[in-house]
Amino acid sequence: MNQIADNTRICTMTLDGDDVKFCEGETIYEVAERHSKEVPTLCYDPRLEAFGACRLCVVEVEGIRNPVASCTTKATEGMIVRTKNDTLDKHRTTLLEMVASENRNNTVDELAGYASQELGNLLKRYPVLPGRFAGKKSGNSNTDDLNPFILRDYDNCISCYRCVRVCAEQEGDHAINVMNRGFDTQITTEFGNDLRDSSCTFCGQCVATCPTGALTDKKAIRAKDTPGEVKKTRSVCIYCGVGCSIDILTKGDRVVGIQPAMDGPANEGALCVKGQYAFDFVHHPDRLTKPLIRQKDGTFREAEWDEALQKAAEGFLKVREKHGNHATYGIASGRAPHEAAYSMQKFIRAGYGTNYIDNCSRA
Amino acid sequence: MSNPLRDMEHPDLIFCIGTNMTECHPVAATRLKKAIAKGAKMIVADPREIHLAKLADLHLPIRVGSDVALLLAMAHVIAREGLIDREFIDARTADSEEFLSHVKDFTPEWASEICEVPAADIEKAGLWFGEGSPSAIFYTLGITEHICGVDNVQSLCNLALMTGNLGIEGGGINPMRGQNNIQGAGDCGAVPNNFPGFQPCGDPASAEKFSKAYGIDIEANPGITKVTALDLCGKENGIHAILIDGENTVVTDPDMNHCRNALQSLDHLVVIDLFLTETAQLADIVFPATGFAETDGVQTNTERRVQRLRAAVPAVGESKPDWWIIAQIAQRMGTPGFEFESAKEVFNELCSLSPIYEGLDWDRIENSEYQWPVPDKDHSGTPRLHEKEFKNGRGLFKIIGYRDPAEIIDDEYPVWLTTGRRLQSYHSRTQTGRSSGIDYLLSEETLEVNPDDAKAWNLEDGEFVKMASRRGEIQIKVRVTEQSPKGTVFASFSFASVPVNVLTGGGYDPVTQTAELKVCPVRISKL
Repeated sequence: MNQIADNTRICTMTLDGDDVKFCEGETIYEVAERHSKEVPTLCYDPRLEAFGACRLCVVEVEGIRNPVASCTTKATEGMIVRTKNDTLDKHRTTLLEMVASENRNNTVDELAGYASQELGNLLKRYPVLPGRFAGKKSGNSNTDDLNPFILRDYDNCISCYRCVRVCAEQEGDHAINVMNRGFDTQITTEFGNDLRDSSCTFCGQCVATCPTGALTDKKAIRAKDTPGEVKKTRSVCIYCGVGCSIDILTKGDRVVGIQPAMDGPANEGALCVKGQYAFDFVHHPDRLTKPLIRQKDGTFREAEWDEALQKAAEGFLKVREKHGNHATYGIASGRAPHEAAYSMQKFIRAGYGTNYIDNCSRA
Repeated sequence: MSNPLRDMEHPDLIFCIGTNMTECHPVAATRLKKAIAKGAKMIVADPREIHLAKLADLHLPIRVGSDVALLLAMAHVIAREGLIDREFIDARTADSEEFLSHVKDFTPEWASEICEVPAADIEKAGLWFGEGSPSAIFYTLGITEHICGVDNVQSLCNLALMTGNLGIEGGGINPMRGQNNIQGAGDCGAVPNNFPGFQPCGDPASAEKFSKAYGIDIEANPGITKVTALDLCGKENGIHAILIDGENTVVTDPDMNHCRNALQSLDHLVVIDLFLTETAQLADIVFPATGFAETDGVQTNTERRVQRLRAAVPAVGESKPDWWIIAQIAQRMGTPGFEFESAKEVFNELCSLSPIYEGLDWDRIENSEYQWPVPDKDHSGTPRLHEKEFKNGRGLFKIIGYRDPAEIIDDEYPVWLTTGRRLQSYHSRTQTGRSSGIDYLLSEETLEVNPDDAKAWNLEDGEFVKMASRRGEIQIKVRVTEQSPKGTVFASFSFASVPVNVLTGGGYDPVTQTAELKVCPVRISKL
């Protein structure tokens, strides 16, 4: 919950029979969400302006004949709201049946993207008959976009426009937009070109918000058939200094993908092309796997740790013996963690009594 | 940054100078875009028509290295138009009278000659900045990588001080740090002038504190910078051994040939890295370090937020954490105090010796909620600096004059080269270059040349040219684009096949010894 400003009015409403407090300006959905009502949504992303398109979040408000979309309706003083009953469930089930019946694939691998399970989870939660509205299907898959990061399979698109909205509202890039209406609705770039030829920066935000896997993380999905569970480890991106929080996706001993952390304080769910996709250097065959020692002929040979460490130490000792304390210098990294930088400066200060230490910030 | 990242959504006036934020700090830039969508105005001073410039209400394509002139003239306009914050100046600053009288001489017309932008635009920039409530400053290496880098930063401080834009939401002076833990490297004392926590090496009490902690007499005066150290390599009474942790010095530092010669002249070079980089190839011994996704540790971001890195997979091969490798060498040299058994122990020792981290420890930073300084365990951190007072009492105005770059264009080297980064690649590409798919977006380096220049120099788009400076020459492919202004070309230093830093290194800031990587006169000729 956002910090409450001093002048905000606190109001009371009745939510499923309980009196609850809320701040003037909050939507019914926000209040219900805070009270764990698990109101279903598909077009909703808390970071975006409410859109009111999917109608799944409808609730009953006493005094209003038809159910209202809770994501776009502001809560008001004294309002009496029901988020669950048979009528609402039936309504939601029918809506989901319509969505499911025009989708080719309602089972999506979780590696597809951060929100990719949303539709599938709702189909499990409600007693949906997917074939009920069989017939015309929307779509027009665009899988021929050869970019290596974002799979665009619009056969699975439900026109929630979250991708379009996140690109505009969160990224300010406006790379994709909506063309046509109804079954012919199509998410497309300006002039219908590939993403590379649009203003797309491949930040991956559209993939992260897609609730159906219509937009899929092409790099992560490569590991779909790798055996094992997907594990998520919270960490921080290691490129620029913004410090975006991420979840590292792993299967076994391999990093298979990156997802943005929606609650990351620096990025609040945003990432860039590097943070989102430039991770597989970790397992690149060029990685050094053993210490190397230079031989007389100038080439390197692999060595055991003990021998290499001993030689490294002896080399430093020899220079100190011959040239004194002011002949050795340490260069720390702006890329390695604190423990590396701290140890580097201590190596010099505790080892030599000098301040002959620097890092790469001067270049 | 003086202010937290979230404040970037709240300025009334945004002033970006020397920062290509949409490419170098894309996620931070999204916050500026949101502020603009909410009605904030933006001024961008940058020689190139970068994406940020296209979003700006006012773009000042100043000549490379002319920032001080622009900032003096903006201060002149603010003072002349009575847009100073008198209350703030009286309550919080010192030496304002001298400064306000100093800027009287520097009119927009005077600056216009140096910056090569219209005086009316400079006037407008001054007015907008002075009227903004609040006005926020954002900068990156386009400000610091000059022989006058310190002057540039102090000129920006003068602007913020005279308008009272410090210690308030949506204001501040905000350098965007370029590397994930470059802030942390400084916090940890990996600099020649400060112990951990910015305790000055020249301060006898600090030297005594660390002498006691480390059990050795540490001299109470700053060491030499890396730039000086590289100059002294192999020389009598110079540097004969270097330990490099995770830096591709040869590619990322200026004057590549000089740098390579320096490292080759050492008796002993030890490099710790993930890859056999161009720098590691010169070493006597190379140690394989664990990297991203394999290492538990801590890093600090540009808003001073102290965050945990967590290992998600086992170390590749026999690689080990940097701290372990360094500690093992130190132990074998007989240096005491390196009996660390975990990253946690190392970090907690740092916290115990650093006043800005004193309230932190490994367990407290689990949820990333602290921004330093965190002076004690009851402190909730400091998202915004300078709210009530400056660390040293009053904010001091500095008297700054304009200086030309170390090298200026002449008949022999008639074109300005400026360098930087691109969105899709990072530094020397040791990581982005080894990640699949990145090449699809950016597969080679090109030299950005203005269409008028291309015509005048008879160059075709896609043609390879020779580019020479006073230090060396390289070959590079031309890309004709309006993004570079007439008379100025741009390239990044990311690709090993186009080692732009062979050319750079004409001068260094006298205080920080930061290289003037943003300005390098060159000659471009057909192959």
